[in-house]
Amino acid sequence: MQKMPKWADIVLIPLINLFLAFIISGFVIWSIGKDPFAALNTMIEGAFGSTNGWGYTLYYTTNFIFTGLAVAVAFQARQFNIGGEGQAAIGGLGVALMCLMIDWPHWALALPVAIVGGAVFGAAWAFIPAYLQAKRGSHIVITTIMFNFIAAALLGFLLNGALKAPGMAAESPGFPEGATLPTFHDMLAPLGIEFSRHAPANISFLVALLCAFLVWILIWHTRLGYAIRSYGRSETAAKYAGISPTKIIIVSMLISGGLAGLMAVNVTMGEAERLVLNSVEGAGFIGIAVALMGRSHPVGVVLAALLFGFLYQGGAELSLWEGIPRELVIVIQALVILFTGALDNMVRNPVERMFLKLRKGA
Amino acid sequence: MNSAIDTGRQETAAPAIELRGISKAFGPVQANKDISISVAKGAIHGIVGENGAGKSTLMSILYGFYKADAGEIHISGQKTAIPDSQAAIRAGIGMVHQHFKLVENFSVLENVILGAEDGPLLRPSLTKARKILTELAAEYELNVDPDEIVENLSVGHQQRVEILKALYRHADILILDEPTGVLTPAEADHLFRILRNLKNEGKTVILITHKLREIMDVTDTVSVMRRGEMKGTIKTVDTSPEDLAERMVGRKVLLQVDKAPATPGENVLEINNLSVIDDQGVQRVKGISLNVRAGEILGIAGVSGNGQSELLEVLGGYQTATGTISVNGQEIDLTGKFSDGQSRRNRGIAHVPEDRHREGLILDFSAWENTALGYHNAPEYNKGALLMDNAAIKADTEAKMERFDVRPPNPRLAAKNFSGGNQQKIVLAREIERNPDLLMIGQPTRGVDIGAIEFIHQQIVALRDQGKAILLVSVELEEILSLSDRVAVMFDGNIMGERQASETNEKELGLLMAGMNEEAN
Amino acid sequence: MENLDTIIQILDSTIRLATPLLFACLAGLFSERAGVFDIGLEGKMLAAAFMAASVAAVTGNVWLGMFAGIGISLILALIHGLASITFRGDQLISGVAINFLAAGLTVVVGQSWFRLGGRTPALSGEGRFGQIDLPFADALRDVPLLGPIYSDLLSGHTFLAYIALLAVPASWFVLYRTRFGLRLRAVGENPGAVDTAGISVVKLRFSAVIICGVLCGLAGAYLSTGHGAGFGKDMTAGRGFIALAALIFAKWRPWQALGTCMLFGLLQAVAIRYQSINLGEFTVPVQFMDALPYILTVVILAGFVGKAIPPKAGGEAYVKER
Repeated sequence: MQKMPKWADIVLIPLINLFLAFIISGFVIWSIGKDPFAALNTMIEGAFGSTNGWGYTLYYTTNFIFTGLAVAVAFQARQFNIGGEGQAAIGGLGVALMCLMIDWPHWALALPVAIVGGAVFGAAWAFIPAYLQAKRGSHIVITTIMFNFIAAALLGFLLNGALKAPGMAAESPGFPEGATLPTFHDMLAPLGIEFSRHAPANISFLVALLCAFLVWILIWHTRLGYAIRSYGRSETAAKYAGISPTKIIIVSMLISGGLAGLMAVNVTMGEAERLVLNSVEGAGFIGIAVALMGRSHPVGVVLAALLFGFLYQGGAELSLWEGIPRELVIVIQALVILFTGALDNMVRNPVERMFLKLRKGA
Repeated sequence: MNSAIDTGRQETAAPAIELRGISKAFGPVQANKDISISVAKGAIHGIVGENGAGKSTLMSILYGFYKADAGEIHISGQKTAIPDSQAAIRAGIGMVHQHFKLVENFSVLENVILGAEDGPLLRPSLTKARKILTELAAEYELNVDPDEIVENLSVGHQQRVEILKALYRHADILILDEPTGVLTPAEADHLFRILRNLKNEGKTVILITHKLREIMDVTDTVSVMRRGEMKGTIKTVDTSPEDLAERMVGRKVLLQVDKAPATPGENVLEINNLSVIDDQGVQRVKGISLNVRAGEILGIAGVSGNGQSELLEVLGGYQTATGTISVNGQEIDLTGKFSDGQSRRNRGIAHVPEDRHREGLILDFSAWENTALGYHNAPEYNKGALLMDNAAIKADTEAKMERFDVRPPNPRLAAKNFSGGNQQKIVLAREIERNPDLLMIGQPTRGVDIGAIEFIHQQIVALRDQGKAILLVSVELEEILSLSDRVAVMFDGNIMGERQASETNEKELGLLMAGMNEEAN
Repeated sequence: MENLDTIIQILDSTIRLATPLLFACLAGLFSERAGVFDIGLEGKMLAAAFMAASVAAVTGNVWLGMFAGIGISLILALIHGLASITFRGDQLISGVAINFLAAGLTVVVGQSWFRLGGRTPALSGEGRFGQIDLPFADALRDVPLLGPIYSDLLSGHTFLAYIALLAVPASWFVLYRTRFGLRLRAVGENPGAVDTAGISVVKLRFSAVIICGVLCGLAGAYLSTGHGAGFGKDMTAGRGFIALAALIFAKWRPWQALGTCMLFGLLQAVAIRYQSINLGEFTVPVQFMDALPYILTVVILAGFVGKAIPPKAGGEAYVKER
């Protein structure tokens, strides 16, 4: 006997959760003496009101698709990867090394190599926590958190030393001209569509969508995906079925870390065009909210990433025009994680009861 | 119901417990329907019924674990509200749960005083409990070392701790839920002595079980439950196991499986000197040797936890071991390095595991996804080098559900939404239809209703008659005796003895299960 | 003699740095011993540090600040309890949410109140916890060896540092010698045993979560009003996670928690004193010293220093069996 229809589970409940998170966020805005509706207006206007706004929104969305997919793939194997932040940072190192390696003649050559660099470095950073979880039972939540701190220290060391460009700032030298990725402006101009020249959204967005599609294929249409899902739902049954827990933990975490590392293609190669300190800016953590909200499904992840892209860009506008700090987005992110992740049953139980009542009445 | 007595009236004193019109629903499931029952003081009263008949729910209501939707509870003639376990304890009710409620890394004393401490500091309570435990041990044959850590105790002793907990709280009414499931026959006999001692001291005992033999042996009166309803209360002397079984199921049942004598062929499975050491470093299987021939059912009897599960895990390829195992004359790797569950399946070994909720099924997966469990690499379930053929799996599942009469026959429904019997049929269909040379099957009918039991038993016998080798593990002696051609008994990781099923009986097997080998004496 | 002074200075700094770790570690100990995992120690500390500094700055009274810090930490603890006990949500996810909630709210609200970019005004005088000189500290300073140890190392810490040290034996006593402690440990191992004994699992776990909230509040208040003089954005800087690591290293036992927190405090003290350490040819960079507690934690978790077995029922909500 199913307790409620599937659409209620994947659409209705997340929407109610989101609504609750927004109500409380509105209350926070109101309590610091601002008008929540005006704030919402500013956010929507800033995020979707111009191609420049769209350009930023989709730029952030790209990041969150990568990190959201990273968390989602790990979730499918019931691993909670909080290390997206560190994996993306180290992925940035990989992308930077690839971009600086040779004087690239054309971005089309540089991009695949940078993708490999970001994914491999990100995956490598996930490997040790994954290995320790699989082989020694070290709690992956704690180890990935620790690896975030270690990654930050490592990058601080490199960007103040070996990789440092001349000058004051702790950053790498700029990438060669030939490693510059086409932005939406560059891509849409030949089609006769005017898109803001300054917005950072770039071809990485398409890479992100492609990754979402590949993750969908992987999880629901391949043997590896079947094994990952089996292990994620029942370790004992997976062992019975001849699925190796060690292999699944490590492989799913490598994929997860690789996806997180790919975020750097967007940030480091697509936007900054050099490796800077703290380039990830919390996107690794937002991936948690995105994956929870998107029910660990690629379609859900893309939609939730768009939502957070909007919040991020809208939040930037808020700090610019309304004097509300950008950290408001962290509050909203926290509330989304709280309601969709931890307080899920608070909404789910009454909704289930409602459907049960409806069915009895019918 | 000519043998039914008018509940409780022959006693002049008020009954120890009287339940009136108890009803309880869990969502759409009506677990208890208008149940009334009366238990006389100083009686041992049995409650029998199939799995899911509502026995445990009823007792949980009496113990304040659940709140009844309707009905009244009277204790010694007084209407009593039991909103929580604390109230039940105050009313003099103690309960020994099927799965013990002990803190394993606490001492016996700490477990006994937990929740019944005398003050905010522990020391006075511990001193007092030590004294009382000594007295209780002498009075009821309940000896157990008060300072031992519970996880170091045998299962039988852990059960004594549970009984001591109840008596320490001055329980006059003791409820035991399936208390013998984990005990050897000898330990069960000791338990029954304790229960009779309790009765002689004027305590009332309620025994919940599905083992009819125990009811006949130890109870004064017995109530039968079926599908959430009370089907009457009888004096034990006025009934028989056949009569009780019929009342439990609601129709005549054959307690014996209909099968022709086996015509065994070549050895399919040969096990030599097999030893298993588990993750905790405990040796679970101690150098056993066994063989199973084609067209034969070898039953492995034993109280659970004596190495049978580990034997199945080794054969299933997810537990390492030493020794040798060959299937159809070819040795299989036991180190875990060169083989796993996948390669075992390729060698023609199929496995219906003991616990379908933990191993046999993924409850959140749909029926079709479960049909691929363990066979997701099978060529017919895949297309190309990378992709799985989900449509083919669905079609195959639908066909299997048809042949095994799984209801509802919907491959998209999640496994958790099927009843126990239908879940087991999904697992059986998956494993049997692979046409294996060797089928391992653990606890084939645990948590399965009687109708499905008959079907499952027929399937197993039919497979044998096709010339397959079958290794059956069950803790139900009756099932072992009625299905097997040969029986091996495991105790403490050893094979205590092997018998032809036709030449042995429950008594002999029971002694072997307790580790007593008369030949050795 | 100069060496002794240096050692004493480092050890003195160790105690200061270990104090917030110790509070947070004991906070986690109570919560996790009761079966509620808490990776939200960091967030509770951060929120408490903010509130303590804010209220102390506005009222000029450090005690009011401390209670405000405890108050906010308690609120977050109760949210964690609501999510993980009442609604049986995922305890890890709830902890993560609380960390972000604190990280965001402290800046948003701080900016709105003080307009200092997320900082609170600097505290001085009654707005901070002063140093407490132990009796005869001055008189005994000149006694060789023991004098400096008593006067410079043990004396001169804030009220909260001494409370943290006293909290260790107190926690041990509560856990192992009282009825409450017995029940608390039981509910973390087998809540079913507690429930059938007629004790409320929910109430017990909430009491543990509340104790955890109070101790995290003290940890945060110490950071901003005892150790520092005001709140700065993200001032906990991962201490909540280091405390969590210390808890695992200590195998969920109070005395061992003291030892581990002191060790981690020492690491931080050394890192602060020696920005980079010269080992002849090779220089240990400051970043390595910063990362050392985290690296050490991973090594510990990897089980190279003995296996840590958490409370058996930890991390799982209690559901009555049918």
